[in-house]
Amino acid sequence: MREITYLEAVREAMTQEMERDSRVFLIGEDIGEYGGAFQVSYGMLEKFGHERILDTPITELGLTGAATGAALIGMRPIAEIMFMDFTTLASEQLVNQAAKLRFMFGGQSTVPLVLRTPAGSGTGAAEHHSQSFENWFVHVPGLKVVMPSTPYDVKGLLISSIRDDNPVVFIEHKLLYKTKGDVPEEMYEIPLGKADIKREGKDLTIIATAIMVKKSLEAAEVLAGEGIDVEVVDPRTLRPLDTETIVNSVKKTGKVLIVHEAVKTGGFGGELAAVIAESEAFGYLEAPILRLAGREVPIPYNRELEAAAVPQVDDIVAKARELATLKV
Amino acid sequence: MTLTKEQAAEYLLQMYQIRAFEEQAEKSYMAGKIHGTMHLSIGQEASAVGSISTLEPSDYIIGHHRGHGLTIAKGADLNLMMAEFYGKENGYCRGRGGSMHIADVKGGNLGANGVVGGGIPMAVGIGIGLKMKAENRVLLSFFGDGAASTGAFHESMILAVLFQVPVVFICENNQYAMSFAAHDWTTSKKIAAHGELYGLSSTSTDGNDLIQVREAVQKGVDLARSGGGPSLVVNDTYRWRGHSKSDRNRYRTNEEIEEWKKKDPIGRFHDYCLKNKLLTEKKAEEIEDKAYAEIEAARVFAEASPDPKVEALEEGVYAP
Repeated sequence: MREITYLEAVREAMTQEMERDSRVFLIGEDIGEYGGAFQVSYGMLEKFGHERILDTPITELGLTGAATGAALIGMRPIAEIMFMDFTTLASEQLVNQAAKLRFMFGGQSTVPLVLRTPAGSGTGAAEHHSQSFENWFVHVPGLKVVMPSTPYDVKGLLISSIRDDNPVVFIEHKLLYKTKGDVPEEMYEIPLGKADIKREGKDLTIIATAIMVKKSLEAAEVLAGEGIDVEVVDPRTLRPLDTETIVNSVKKTGKVLIVHEAVKTGGFGGELAAVIAESEAFGYLEAPILRLAGREVPIPYNRELEAAAVPQVDDIVAKARELATLKV
Repeated sequence: MTLTKEQAAEYLLQMYQIRAFEEQAEKSYMAGKIHGTMHLSIGQEASAVGSISTLEPSDYIIGHHRGHGLTIAKGADLNLMMAEFYGKENGYCRGRGGSMHIADVKGGNLGANGVVGGGIPMAVGIGIGLKMKAENRVLLSFFGDGAASTGAFHESMILAVLFQVPVVFICENNQYAMSFAAHDWTTSKKIAAHGELYGLSSTSTDGNDLIQVREAVQKGVDLARSGGGPSLVVNDTYRWRGHSKSDRNRYRTNEEIEEWKKKDPIGRFHDYCLKNKLLTEKKAEEIEDKAYAEIEAARVFAEASPDPKVEALEEGVYAP
């Protein structure tokens, strides 16, 4: 199998789906000649033309609404919001309209749209270009929320998202764009709502999302050297959530650390902790459920401050080490 | 653009159906038979019927929160509509949407909307989709003067022109965004001027004159259908009732309301039809009686209809 980057896998999924299905099109800012702010759609304008690569002026609300309207009459738009921070501007159409149209029309409609957006810190882009808002959208019935962590996953999950008849918020971590991995050339789907065990282990479970999966796997290697055998579970989709895989892992290890980049208060980790506490895994817990997440600050500019605002490999190692010795 | 006798009869019937529906809605609410709120369009019937009379059945509309009139003008089944207003399982939206979200997707009505300006961005996308599918259909996108101040409107005008969508945007300026008077910040002519600035062919009408509305919207529909892109029509009209049930009418005078009632769009169209011998007095009375009888039948249908089952609450959030 050939190795490509996460970014190339996103582009390949979109390209193959556009070749397969004439209803699929892209809409967003600077996605044409510029190739997208992160070059994800570079070259697609030459391939598909202005009819299917719709470059817009700066209109996050307008373009998200346009994607919603097109989906309402059977098209399958992929909207790109250049930074997740700007989904604040798109939210009215996404949350009030796209997510609810099917339900509030009594099932008369479907809204098959994908809203792709790069999230996360680590690029020095500071407060307005670094945020992780996934849990805002997880809170909305009618939306699906996907956060892929590897090139293989991002391709299969994006293809599934495009083919899904519901609005999907598809969150790409900027620092993953250049990561490489084995990705089949042919099209394949990874079902939404299916977690993946990225590393098997018996001593404790780390549940991590997006870039934190990669960091947790690195931490697991360090911990293995200390005799701590870590299992790393990647939910991959936050809504719908594969509770079964998570609960089974916690039952097996008896200890769980939840790691995500978004701010801890109100973050998805709270939901994961509650799901575990409400489940049959509760009786198997040998220690409190721990969370390691973004600090209670906006993402700052200074390099050291920025890094300190979100969990790093050393933080995960330290927290997992602490958990390994914790008892109820 | 002269009307046939059949057209005259049809449009008068629709206007009476709207008036009768709104009056019944109010009565049902006062009698405690429905809960929530509603936004009545009494006084705006010519804008709804005049605009939508220009469409083919396969064309689309997307509306706003004051959407009963638009829904009737698009040919909704009055029974299913009243059942939805009553929150019943056999209503258009299975009782999930209610007054503010009535949609009849098969009939080309892509729904009323609870967010002011919420339908306008979607209208652009529907237009993009219609162009891509190369279906020779057009969309009328309705909103009020309240939406004309939103970013959604202004972003959408820019995108509509950029993508040359087959959409006629119709601003129903009923003079008040809840209590905020349009005349404190704009006029129908100024809203139309915004359209011109963005590059849409734009005009304003006496929105209580069905003939004038119809002629203006017909030009927009013809333009859209021939690939000429979007346009904007601003219908100057007035809502006789309050914004919603919470309205105490503190921001306007009874004299003002009475002045506008003299410009009753139904009375004016009725007189036009008689004067131009499109209808007789007797025929017009029969039409009025028919409309009220249909609405009464719809009320009976709705009240006899089943409520949704609580066990089915979580159904339909996601498509399978």
